[in-house]
Amino acid sequence: MVKKLFTTREAWLALALVVLIGAVTLRFPAFASPENLGQIFNDTAILVILALGQMSVILTRSIDLSMAANLCLTGMVVAMVNAAHPEIPIFILIFLAIAVGAVLGAINGWLVWKVGIPPIVVTLGTLTIYRGATFVISGGAWVNADEMSSAFINFQRDHFLGIPVLSWFAIIAILTIHVFLNHTPVGRATYASGVNPTASLYAGINTGRIKFMAFCLSGAIAGLAGYLWISKYVIASVEVANGFELNIIAACVIGGVSISGGIGSVAGTVLGALFLGVISNALPVINVSPFWQMAISGVAILLAIILNARSERHTGRIILKKAENT
Amino acid sequence: MSLKSKIIPDQLASGWIRQRLTWEMLLFCIAIAIFMANSLASPYFLDAYSLSDLTFNFCEKALIAFAMAMLIISGEIDLSVAATMALCSTAMGFAVQFGLNTPSLVTVALIVGLLCGAFNGALVTALGLPSIVVTIGTMSLYRGLSFIILGDQAYKGYPEDFAFFGQGYVWWVISFEFVLFLFFALLYGWVLHKTSFGRRIFAIGNNSTAALYSGIHVRQIKFVLFCLTGIMSAIASILLTSRLGSTRPSLAQGYELEAITMVVLGGVVITGGAGSMTGVVLAAFIMGLVTFGLGLLNVPGIVMSIFIGLLLIATIALPIVWQRISWLAKT
Amino acid sequence: MIAPQQHPLFELEGICKSFPGVKALDHVSLKLYAGQVTALIGENGAGKSTLVKILTGIYQPDEGVISIAGEALMLTSPQEAFRRGITAIHQETVLFDDLSVAENIYLGHAPRNQIGLIDWKKMRELARTVLQRMRASHIDPDAPLKNLSIANKHLVAVARAMSIDAKIVILDEPTAALSTKEIGELYELIAFLKSEGKALLFISHKFDEIFGIADRYTVFRDGALVGQGLIAETTQSDLVKLMVGRAVGQVFPVRNAELGAAILKVEGLSHPTEFDNISFELRRGEILGFYGLVGAGRSEVMHALFGLTKTTSGHISLEDQPLALHAPSDAIKAGIVYVPEDRGHHGIVSGLPIFMNITLPSLKKTSKAGILRLREEFALARRFAQRLDVRAASLSQDVATLSGGNQQKVVIAKWLATQPKIIILDEPTKGIDIGSKAAVHEFMAELVAHGLSVIMVSSELPEILGMSDRVIVMRAGKIAEIFSRPNLHAETLVKAAAGIGTW
Repeated sequence: MVKKLFTTREAWLALALVVLIGAVTLRFPAFASPENLGQIFNDTAILVILALGQMSVILTRSIDLSMAANLCLTGMVVAMVNAAHPEIPIFILIFLAIAVGAVLGAINGWLVWKVGIPPIVVTLGTLTIYRGATFVISGGAWVNADEMSSAFINFQRDHFLGIPVLSWFAIIAILTIHVFLNHTPVGRATYASGVNPTASLYAGINTGRIKFMAFCLSGAIAGLAGYLWISKYVIASVEVANGFELNIIAACVIGGVSISGGIGSVAGTVLGALFLGVISNALPVINVSPFWQMAISGVAILLAIILNARSERHTGRIILKKAENT
Repeated sequence: MSLKSKIIPDQLASGWIRQRLTWEMLLFCIAIAIFMANSLASPYFLDAYSLSDLTFNFCEKALIAFAMAMLIISGEIDLSVAATMALCSTAMGFAVQFGLNTPSLVTVALIVGLLCGAFNGALVTALGLPSIVVTIGTMSLYRGLSFIILGDQAYKGYPEDFAFFGQGYVWWVISFEFVLFLFFALLYGWVLHKTSFGRRIFAIGNNSTAALYSGIHVRQIKFVLFCLTGIMSAIASILLTSRLGSTRPSLAQGYELEAITMVVLGGVVITGGAGSMTGVVLAAFIMGLVTFGLGLLNVPGIVMSIFIGLLLIATIALPIVWQRISWLAKT
Repeated sequence: MIAPQQHPLFELEGICKSFPGVKALDHVSLKLYAGQVTALIGENGAGKSTLVKILTGIYQPDEGVISIAGEALMLTSPQEAFRRGITAIHQETVLFDDLSVAENIYLGHAPRNQIGLIDWKKMRELARTVLQRMRASHIDPDAPLKNLSIANKHLVAVARAMSIDAKIVILDEPTAALSTKEIGELYELIAFLKSEGKALLFISHKFDEIFGIADRYTVFRDGALVGQGLIAETTQSDLVKLMVGRAVGQVFPVRNAELGAAILKVEGLSHPTEFDNISFELRRGEILGFYGLVGAGRSEVMHALFGLTKTTSGHISLEDQPLALHAPSDAIKAGIVYVPEDRGHHGIVSGLPIFMNITLPSLKKTSKAGILRLREEFALARRFAQRLDVRAASLSQDVATLSGGNQQKVVIAKWLATQPKIIILDEPTKGIDIGSKAAVHEFMAELVAHGLSVIMVSSELPEILGMSDRVIVMRAGKIAEIFSRPNLHAETLVKAAAGIGTW
């Protein structure tokens, strides 16, 4: 099982992560302290959660460019509900966030499944629509920290068993998605429909419905992330997570998820997101301007695709060697 | 099997070329409808000067969309165009510090744009990587480089004659940007539809392997298309920088998605192989009209984007839904 | 030998299916019997693939009744067909390359544990048991499918059918991509499935296979049922007559071969993994056959001659001029063209009209300074489309809407328009109907009569024997033997290809 979890790609990525942390630690020993690593994980938790949703979509040969916009709209909805009715318990708000996100995801999925528009076009459209809708419902106004209830702000900062609730969300997401993708029929069908859509059809898998479900999942996850994001940065505005959709895809790509579907693992995606998280946390420590972050993740993405492509590259038919063996 | 007497006609009445025209007709009608709605909704719309302002709304994005359309028809995509614009602008701003004159600034931008495009092209064609992820990477890289150079600063102090590109008028209310737009619209339309280079792009987009097997230099052509996209981004960058008069690393944020929206709205198939430049030009007008018209009505930009998004999905969905309804009606 | 069975296990009655403008199936019926193989025979376009799609629930019939063991049912979706125990094994086995063997067998019906999650351990055990039962225990259930040979992939596909306890197994041209040895293994598997009481539907273009393994036959022509019965009570020529509606023997055009001087010389051509030390000559007006097992490296050598792959050593010279090939365009310029085996992916550009397909490599000729001239294009396209008797409504018709045979004609027309010296045909008649086959053969004869030279890669012995002046047999990436016209015999070719020639 352990062997299966860590195929070479994940192992290499983990190694790169360890080397990166080690290099920083050589000069700043405090960097590798459990508290700091925990802090980095907590900082990256939202990206981890989002990347897992994006991965589920990419596995089915689709892409969801609307995740950040969905996050922004859902975040605004829960923030406004909270501001208007602070008495509503936090669990209901979280449920609301997931539900609203899932509905927005379902719209994407429905357009892909039933209308048959390519996913990149659908989510390009809904990306602008969802962000525009955020403006419409908020009238362009912000929801500030002082308008949010203390439960809304503090829930994810609470500690449970010494770990912040935000981190728990990420841990639960990792475990849930892992079980979903590897141990449920629908999860395996998600992989299968990306590996070979035609064969999936003959195996009795409805690839359209699988895509729809993947979009619902990524939508629900974006919705959850909407609440987490707003309560973490305690501001809801139209600008929230602008352009973040590409960071999410970057985490997946670095994690070895193949953009052509069917290939990718939970472990890889989590490592890919953490890789970006470690870099953004390490830069201030080693006294490099945070403005370097973007270029570095760009280089990391390019390196990751080049390396992935090498391991996936089909070598020509080996006819002669076969002859020598026989 | 010698010569047969039966002659195959060039095309039937409802031939391949005619079918493609319907999409442009639909776009044209939408454009007219929005134009009429605009002139009814706002008394200021039908005015030579406001119509001239309108052109500034879409010219820069449209210049990128022309090259992007060819790239998408060939089966690739470039998400790094806006980042390329930012890097070109940063390079120009950097050069200004050394007192370079306007022609030199333009040269600097064009070279940087060409290099950005060539780097994308090399990664995609020489290493065989998928363009969508490559350009997500270079998008981060190019804009990241601008951030490294500029941080939260801005470059200003462009020469006075530099302002002409984004603010100047060629004649009466006809802006330089609009003239450039018309010039490139004709040029790209001509290249795509009237030259053998354009024909090869269509062949590659429909079946790149069969195109290769037909002796077409698939990789070279794709590389050229990436370079062209880089150069068009540089030109758009010159116009935008000149219009704004300053450079920030966040310049042109989100332009890549708008340019792609324009291309797809114009009827270019996102998976490659089909599309027309007329459609892209019409889509540019539609997007400009929507944005500008709603602007006159004091509708904020972000709300207009809802219309663009809806338009994008609706124009793709309508023909599919229509086909399905007529199919149901038949059976 | 065949137990006379009164009741078919599976029955289709009065099935109709229409598409816009086409009646694909017109009141056809089909009966499958447990423990027997029924061959479905028909030319391309006869409605076989539509029927398979109805059986597997992908299409729904407009009319008609489907029943299993006397019980009428609806196959409303692929899932439903799968649940009813109908499974299909396809030409190029459609499975999941990146998933494990065990999962390929159990996808969609994996064993679950108490809380409904997939039980991987049990799945591996079950997979191992099924493979053992089929005497295929050499396949590791944990191995990714992509590491398996095509024959082993077929085994996995059959194991999948066994695992759902399929009652009906559809074999859709399963031998198309297999070598002779692998076909032998497939026969054993079919025998095994028969002994398990499965009802088999076998679709093939090859009559030796049909007579080798089928018990019954059903013949379709133009979407209608034209005959059915027991194989033991019919003959090959009767079936062909039913298929085409007239008597057609596989007759090859008679040629008086007058070979000219050597036009192409290949010396010591080598590739690191695909072929080694390939040397031969091609003469003007010659048809040179390349025979061998699938995967012997024939197509790979052709790819090198067409500039698609780089070679490590060796010389190619055309009309005594050394030839450096870096890309197909070099080969085309020199006058060497290649009609690929995979027509759909490598030959035609679907989405573009016929005339654009034909003029694609000749754009330099039809355009002026890079500017297209449509009139020239149509003229050129029409000349060659008519020379090859392409059947189309207009030259602006999307090439994808043509039948397989007509698509092949468009591909050949495309190359003739470049006025080549040498034309390489890779499996030129694979998967096209008998009528088009004869047309292609006739045309090849005409080409060489006009002084062209042809290299024909083919795995069909009658074609190789009937058409070639000389035959090069390849085995495992090397030239095994070269035979000339008087010494062409089916047995010697097969032996040379299999490496049992020297005994």
